[in-house]
Amino acid sequence: MGSLNVELCGIKLDNPVIPASGCFGYGYEFAEYYDINCLGTFSFKGTTLEPRFGNPTPRIAECTSGLINSVGLQNPGVDKVISEELPKLIKCFNKPVMANVSGFSADEYRETVRRLDAEPQIGWFEVNISCPNVHGGGMSFGTNPASAAAVTKAVREVTKKPVIIKLTPNVTDITVVAKACADAGADGVSLINTLLGMRIDLKTKKPVIKNIMGGFSGPAVFPVALRMVWQVAHAVNIPVVGLGGIMSAEDVIEMMLAGASAVEIGTANLIDPLACKNIIEDLPRAMEKYGIKELKDIIGGAF
Amino acid sequence: MKECVFIITENLHVTENVHRMTLSGDITEIKRPGQFVNIKIDGFFLRRPISVCDVSKNSLTLIYKVVGKGTEALSKMSEGAELSLLTGLGNGYNTSLSGDSPLIIGGGVGVPPLFLLAKKLTGEGKNVSVILGFNKKDEVFYEDEFKRLGCKVSVTTVDGSYGIKGFVTDALPKDYSYVYTCGPEPMLKAVYKNTVTSGQFSFEERMGCGFGACMGCSCRTITGYKRICKDGPVMKKEEILWEA
Repeated sequence: MGSLNVELCGIKLDNPVIPASGCFGYGYEFAEYYDINCLGTFSFKGTTLEPRFGNPTPRIAECTSGLINSVGLQNPGVDKVISEELPKLIKCFNKPVMANVSGFSADEYRETVRRLDAEPQIGWFEVNISCPNVHGGGMSFGTNPASAAAVTKAVREVTKKPVIIKLTPNVTDITVVAKACADAGADGVSLINTLLGMRIDLKTKKPVIKNIMGGFSGPAVFPVALRMVWQVAHAVNIPVVGLGGIMSAEDVIEMMLAGASAVEIGTANLIDPLACKNIIEDLPRAMEKYGIKELKDIIGGAF
Repeated sequence: MKECVFIITENLHVTENVHRMTLSGDITEIKRPGQFVNIKIDGFFLRRPISVCDVSKNSLTLIYKVVGKGTEALSKMSEGAELSLLTGLGNGYNTSLSGDSPLIIGGGVGVPPLFLLAKKLTGEGKNVSVILGFNKKDEVFYEDEFKRLGCKVSVTTVDGSYGIKGFVTDALPKDYSYVYTCGPEPMLKAVYKNTVTSGQFSFEERMGCGFGACMGCSCRTITGYKRICKDGPVMKKEEILWEA
C-alpha cells in the first residue's frame, strides 16, 4: 500500500485530509460517529475574540451541487473556546489541531491568536481573512493585499507556530493577495474560502438567505478552486492547502496534482458525516488505480 | 445518530399534498418521539429533514408535505426503492414531565411527530387530550389514529368545514397538566400565549447538516444559543425567546 504521509509547514500528517473550518465544529461532535484520529488534522470552528451568534436565519440555501451559508462565524469567543471547547477536543483528538481564527480588525486577530498560542494542542493557525474590516469600510481583509499583509504581520508578531492564511476567491487576482501574505511572513496559504452567492425563493420572491448573500460551497466550486490552487502554487514558495468542493479520493489527488500540499474538506461533511473517514480509507485504492506510490510525490505533479 | 439504508415499503397520499411513507431498516437510534431523520434524495444536494411519525420493530413511518422539488421527488418514489437516512436526530420530547393529563396540540404537518408522542404517553397510562388544527376538511389526517390510541381528540379547521371552526386555541380544554406542541410558528406563538402550564414546543428551520455541525439552524433562547437540529427541535416553554 502506498504512503499517505505528507508534511504541512514542518508538521507531519498521516494523510492530507483536513476537515475544513465551520463544517466540523470543535471535533467532538464528529467523534460521536467515528474515531477522528484517522484524520490528518482538522481546522476547528472559526474563533473570534468575542462570542458571536452570527447572522439571522435562514442561513442556508440549497443549490445545484452545493449550498450557500451565511452562518456568520457563530462561536463562543476565544476564552470559552480555551476553557470549554479545547478540553473536549483534546479528549477525542490526540494530534496537533489547526486553530481557525477570524477578526474584524488586525488587533483583534492578533489578540485572538495571542490567547490561543499557549495551547499545546494547536499545531497551526489558519487565519480567515474573508471577514469585513471594520476599520477599512467593511471590505473584506482578503480582497486587499495591503490589509491581508497587515493581518498576517499582526498574527506573526504573537506566535512562532505556522501561520496559514485562508484566502477568499472573491478577488480579481488571488495570486496578488497570496504573494502579499507570503511576503508578510505567512508559512502557508489555504484556498478557497466560499464564493459569494445568493438564491431567491420563487414563492415569496425574496432572497432565501436572510442576509441576502452568503458563501457558496460544494462540488460545484471544485473547478474554480482547482484553478486558483494551481495559480497560487505557481506564484508562491510556501505550502498551499487546497479546498473547495472536494467530495472524493479522486478529488484529493486532483487537488494535489494542482499544487496542494494537503487538502481541506468542508461541505461534504454536512451531507455525509463520515465523508472524511471514507475518503481517507478510499485513497489507497485511488492511488493504486492511478499508479501513485507516495502521495507527497504528486504535489504539483501536473505542473 | 446513524446512517442507514432503508427500503420503502409504502408511499401513499394521506391528503392531496401530504404523503405517508413507511420504510424498513435499522430504527435502533430513534430513541424518543419528536426526533427526525435526514433523507438523501437523488439529484438534491442537501438531505431533507422529516420528523418521525411512528416506529415499530424495523419499520419507520414518515408523514411529509410536498413543499418543493425535493419532497415532490420523494413523493414519486416507489415501493422497494432505497434511501439513505441519518436517523435518531434531534432531542425529541421528554414524556417524564407530562403529569397525568397532558395536552397535545398539532397544526398541519406539525401533527406527525405528535403521534409517536401520544403513543408513548398513552402507553405510560396518561390521560391524553389532543387538538389537531388544519385549514380545511380535506387537509385533516390522523384523527382516527389518535383516537385508536385512546386519546380524547378535537379537530379544528380555519374555515369550519370540519370539527370546531377556528384555531387550535379555540379548542383548549379547561384542565391539563402539560402541553406538547408542533406546528407552524404563528400557531406555536398562539399556544405559548394561550396555555397556562409548562410545555415543550417543537421548532422548524432550514438546516444544513441536521446533526449539529454547521450552525445553519441556530436560534437564541433564554438559556443561550441553541441549534434547532441538535439541541432541539424541542424546546421547553421556559427557554423560548421569540424573535421579532
